[in-house]
Amino acid sequence: MAGKSIIDKIWDLHTLYVKEDGETLLYIDRHLTHEVTSPMAFEGLREKNRRVRRPDLTFAVMDHNVPTSDRLKPIQDEMSAKQIEALERNAKEFGLTLFDLYSPFQGIVHVIGPELGLTIPGITLVCGDSHTSTHGALGALAFGIGTSEGEHVFATQTLWLKKPKKMLISLEGALSNNITAKDVVLWIIRNIGTGGGIGYIVEYEGPVVREMNVEERMTLCNMMIEGGARTAIISPDDKVFNYVKGRPYAPSGDEWDQALEYWKTIVSDPDAEYHKTIRFSVDKLEPQVTWGTNPAMTVGVTEEVPDPRDFDDAKEKQAVERALNYMGLQPGTKITDISVDVVFIGSCTNGRLTDLIDAARVVVGKKVAHNVRALIVPGSQLVKRNAERLGLHRIFIDAGFEWRNPGCSMCIAMNEDRLRPGERCASTSNRNFENRQGPGGRTHLVSPIMAAAAAVYGKFIDIRMLDLPSRSEVLEYARTYKGY
Amino acid sequence: MLEPIKVIEGKAAPLRLENVDTDQIIPAEFLKILGKKGLGRYCFYRWRYNEDGSLREDFILNNPKYRDASILIAGKNFGIGSSRENAVWALQDLGIKCVIAPSFGDIFYVNSLKNMLLCIKLSEEQVKMLQELAERENLILRIDLEKNIIEYRGGVISFDLDRVVKERFLQGLDEIQLTLKHIEKIKKYEEGMPSFLLPKARRFIHD
Repeated sequence: MAGKSIIDKIWDLHTLYVKEDGETLLYIDRHLTHEVTSPMAFEGLREKNRRVRRPDLTFAVMDHNVPTSDRLKPIQDEMSAKQIEALERNAKEFGLTLFDLYSPFQGIVHVIGPELGLTIPGITLVCGDSHTSTHGALGALAFGIGTSEGEHVFATQTLWLKKPKKMLISLEGALSNNITAKDVVLWIIRNIGTGGGIGYIVEYEGPVVREMNVEERMTLCNMMIEGGARTAIISPDDKVFNYVKGRPYAPSGDEWDQALEYWKTIVSDPDAEYHKTIRFSVDKLEPQVTWGTNPAMTVGVTEEVPDPRDFDDAKEKQAVERALNYMGLQPGTKITDISVDVVFIGSCTNGRLTDLIDAARVVVGKKVAHNVRALIVPGSQLVKRNAERLGLHRIFIDAGFEWRNPGCSMCIAMNEDRLRPGERCASTSNRNFENRQGPGGRTHLVSPIMAAAAAVYGKFIDIRMLDLPSRSEVLEYARTYKGY
Repeated sequence: MLEPIKVIEGKAAPLRLENVDTDQIIPAEFLKILGKKGLGRYCFYRWRYNEDGSLREDFILNNPKYRDASILIAGKNFGIGSSRENAVWALQDLGIKCVIAPSFGDIFYVNSLKNMLLCIKLSEEQVKMLQELAERENLILRIDLEKNIIEYRGGVISFDLDRVVKERFLQGLDEIQLTLKHIEKIKKYEEGMPSFLLPKARRFIHD
């Protein structure tokens, strides 16, 4: 008999009931919620006089539309303020732990889950947000869900799901210097397309994944949703166990040992079977940059913006034309000839300490180009404080970056952080959809290193040309840095 | 509880675009609206309106011919991206009862089901054929959920429908109530849940 993958193991352990048609009732160990997708779910509970079944497994945070400026000032946007107040009221009424605007642990839901130890291996986790796949990096089976499903989980602590198919993506070879998880995942999406993962859970494996730290793996899992996958997951290893250990909500004492024993049993068996297996070699991978209006519209930094005439399929030709028109780009333009107005470093994809350290490696000793507005929005208060403790903020602030408070910010542009019409942005976020970062805004998705370089040089450059300090070198520099 | 739906009949409009993401169906700024009703006016907002608020002539649903359409025939990967259920509410508020496409974003598909917005998967060829028909003539579709067929003047197409979807539409059930029939299984799982899996705030790191 074939072995089982981590997907099968967690799925089976949480299966309460299977209908004839395969629909499965899964128990949900953690439910994370935020101000934007939850109000109607709470409203639904109230209408039926229902309670949250397990407030102890349910955690709320304000992230999507919070201001990233001074938190002590009242929120200017009346509707955002109302949503934020609604979450506060709902958390109180239903007895949930809330990380509010003033909490030292506030941050983007997919950043704080792992860093607070709410996300641990071997659990099922849901959140009313598509990027919930992020938590798979720790070996949790994590699903982004809608509001109706959220209400269902509130009331029953369960979710009905038909088991998706399983896809193994094996990442082989070794990354060149300064090529990151972001480049890898953009390149995967470019290859499989925005719908390539529909109906699948993706499991990542291979030496490239094992080499990555846990935060880099989060970037990989986070963006798999842009390839259409239901979620993504990675079997946990010592790196994950070390990452989880000691975090505020993580098991401790005897329970840590029990947890560790359990976690070691849920990793994929070597002979596990998948519906589809894709092997990618990353040896020759170069920095990736999106040129269009979905994340599959990606090329390498040494390539050019594609020409609609090169596409045979009429629909594809039309899609490319439409995207170029929106993006204000000419076919054949070299990526390194594209200049930017704004640089955004942050989001649940690339708003963690590793990402800020990587950005600092480029920025150290340099200035933001005079015509560029550059923002850094740390993914959480903890990320922000840790970066400040390391002295990274001084490097950024002295270079001319805005050093802001945590939130989803310019990734979704629900607060005041947004592009003006026609502005072009190098962004470490996850979606380059039309109008995503503000009406008429033009987004190029890139890694934090590429974004930081775009801030300094005012355009995209091939960061492989730069002689960058290592992560430890830049931390040593930051430690002793006294300002210009 | 939602009312059961056995038949959907209405005019079809061709939306000849692929990868229509939920950000386009309803932009994020309108997610701040607390409520499900009234979102229709913001549906496809940037495609439907010019900056001055006038209607854009180049958007298909602004064509007078399709103003009363209740069925959308769209390209592949409809509803990818953000999990926002508001996309479904906005489409419904706009009067859309069914979307036909070769494929759908997974979360959008489930959200639609929960709100009884019917999503039907047809082959790319069938979708193209229906889109062309809807462009050429006044295409009225009659979708029979009991028989799994789409009828129109001059043809019938049968389609597959998950049993889950079918049951849901034909019975219009309160899912939470149904799930709570399994309450003993839920309780049993909870009793057996190892303590190490429960989040306990043991210590907080303060500066």
